[in-house]
Amino acid sequence: MWSISMSELKLVYFAWVRERVGLSEERVSVPDSVLTVAELAGWLQTRGEEYAYAFENPAIVRAAINRKHVKPDASIAGASEIAFFPPMTGG
Amino acid sequence: MTPRLTIRIQSEPFDAAAEIEALSRLGEDVGAVTSFTGFCRSEGGRLAALELEHYPGMADDEIGSVVTEASTRWPLFGVTVIHRHGKMEPGDGIVLVVTASSHRTASFDAANFIMDYLKTRAPFWKKEYRADGTSGDWVDAKSVDDALAERWKV
Repeated sequence: MWSISMSELKLVYFAWVRERVGLSEERVSVPDSVLTVAELAGWLQTRGEEYAYAFENPAIVRAAINRKHVKPDASIAGASEIAFFPPMTGG
Repeated sequence: MTPRLTIRIQSEPFDAAAEIEALSRLGEDVGAVTSFTGFCRSEGGRLAALELEHYPGMADDEIGSVVTEASTRWPLFGVTVIHRHGKMEPGDGIVLVVTASSHRTASFDAANFIMDYLKTRAPFWKKEYRADGTSGDWVDAKSVDDALAERWKV
């Protein structure tokens, strides 16, 4: 007997990442083998062509965990909300 | 002194003159009030509007931490930052920063610092609507903005 352990996360998307994915937010079950923000983006890329398009250049997509900016190597352990978005253009 | 820090994220227009007046009246030792207003522009007639999207909650938190950092670096009586979201036309104000201090250097530098950090940290994104009626592109971030924020690193 074996099972794949999963944890549920709320993902939110903004600007062209939101438009490409086609959703502003969703709840997903992420395999426990996905440990970092960069790995999460890589896993999302495999979920369909919308995701592949949104994350085609993962180096320019920024992320926040629980509404704080994080780097791609940040751990997603304990995260409840992870956001993906382009570089900011406010002001 | 405990500075009066005001941050508002709103879709409604703001009254820059009223906000400047409010900070000017924070006390008899206010000797300098600096304000910056950023406007939606038409790019020589190319654009009809900009739509600003934001991340509610995080936008307030990020601007709040930038304003708090400014108030620890400079002796300020007050700071007001208003950032709008939603659709705006050329001439509409998008962002307002007002700082009050005893002397001009602190109020100028604090306002400049807040704008530089806000540009690279506050989760807002601008989408263009072209004058020919088509929905345009998302505005690209400028590397010069990263460089401007970097210069404040200590």
